[in-house]
Amino acid sequence: METGTAAQKNNSIIGKRLAEFFNMIAGLTVFSLEFFKNVFLPPYEFGEVKKHMDELGVKTLPIVSVTGFIIGLVLAMQSQPVMAKFGAEAFLPGMVALSVVRELGPVITALIFAGRVSSGIGAELGSMRVTEQIDAMEVSAINPFKFLVVTRVLACTLILPMLTVYVIFLSVVGGYISIFLSQNINFVLYVHAVVHSVDFTDLVPGIAKTFFFGYIVGIVGAYKGYYTENGTVGVGRASTSSVVIASLLILLMDMVLGKITVSLWG
Amino acid sequence: MSEVVIKNLSKSFDDNVVLDGISLKINEGENFVVFGRSGTGKSVLLKCIVRLMEPDAGEILIESQNVLTLSINKLNEIRKHIGFLFQGAALYDSMSVRENLAFPLIRNFNFSSKEIDIKIKNVLEKVSLLEAIDKMPAELSGGMKKRIGLARTIITEPRLILYDEPTTGLDPITSKEISQLIVELQKDLNTTSIIVTHDLICAKIIASHAVVLKDGKIRYEGNLDSLTSQDDPFLKDFFSNDIISESTPIRSGEVKDGSN
Repeated sequence: METGTAAQKNNSIIGKRLAEFFNMIAGLTVFSLEFFKNVFLPPYEFGEVKKHMDELGVKTLPIVSVTGFIIGLVLAMQSQPVMAKFGAEAFLPGMVALSVVRELGPVITALIFAGRVSSGIGAELGSMRVTEQIDAMEVSAINPFKFLVVTRVLACTLILPMLTVYVIFLSVVGGYISIFLSQNINFVLYVHAVVHSVDFTDLVPGIAKTFFFGYIVGIVGAYKGYYTENGTVGVGRASTSSVVIASLLILLMDMVLGKITVSLWG
Repeated sequence: MSEVVIKNLSKSFDDNVVLDGISLKINEGENFVVFGRSGTGKSVLLKCIVRLMEPDAGEILIESQNVLTLSINKLNEIRKHIGFLFQGAALYDSMSVRENLAFPLIRNFNFSSKEIDIKIKNVLEKVSLLEAIDKMPAELSGGMKKRIGLARTIITEPRLILYDEPTTGLDPITSKEISQLIVELQKDLNTTSIIVTHDLICAKIIASHAVVLKDGKIRYEGNLDSLTSQDDPFLKDFFSNDIISESTPIRSGEVKDGSN
């Protein structure tokens, strides 16, 4: 009897969580549509977008710099013994470059960006909501969605690809240092190997998907913050849940875009 | 502007009926005070007037236009001439006092930067906080925030101002100053004001007309003098408690900074 009650309770909790999840997806879809409706309408807040791009870029630069460098360094370090076993050490620069351009650079940068930025946007907008700053804006005949949400989402969408290019560059440098320390490889030779192993069909999809990742980071953080309820507790929840949801959606999007890329270019 | 007419306004949250078909008329240039216990829908009433909340039923007419049926663009045209002082002032955290005050002017009106600068200094002088012009909201005390919030509300010279508990949390001196400022504004700009408050002293300085809400309905409507002399046990209890609380000594911390 007790087991039955416990099972029923578990089912109801799972049902509630599922309902919340689908509600959130529906809400996020409507929020996205609202974004696309507002993004093309004047007034255009170029100054605000630029300001947020500066802030987000500067905020994330130190951590992505360290991460980018270490990814390349560790990837080369870990792969070298395996490649050596097969006598394929010559392919090491190409392997490092391809890995960071196609997958590691974009995804890891996006996940770090989500952790740093999505939570920040969620907390900032959430605190503006609970302290009635968003209401104050609305009542002053200023569209808060356009001023607060559209500008931040656009800034995220535009700045992440730039950060990713920077991370890819640092990863390649990290890879060179690792290979140089073990094989004393010539820098020109390394660059030559990298350039020859990466072509247009690697670079373009790798960078293009970061526009989607940036959009996800911005829209999820903004959605969670904009509809924050229950005071400061709600602000904390908005901040945490935006990181979790944005990270999950980035990985799902990566899978979908990866499949599309493979179908198109092999 | 700005006569406000409210007809049969209702608003519920789930089963909780907050406003139950209330009708009011606020005449042009009037200081209309709304009393009521916490949770009786006073703030909800203000938010419905500017359509920050959608009521379940009723009409709200400002300048003979029903704000509840207007398109967002037309509503915003009306909102440009309405000021709203929020309970917590709702200053934009990321902007300095100067930017907070300039924000509605830059967005909604075509003033030159010189004109904006003059207006900012004028309103800051009015609230006696010119020295705070380049401070961030986090550097201000509660009372200062409220006065800057008031400055931001009046900088656009609105024809209708809604005050959500303008003196709550302030010491009696600041509270009195703000009340007097509201009266001065009404005289200078001939604004219509709707003031939600618990503060009887503030109401005595400001009110030209008063209404008391209870259980979503209007319990009393008329002038303030006859309100305090009513035989209704609820009104007697409400206002005697209020007077007692106003005479209670304020906390030492509040005296110190003169604000919170």
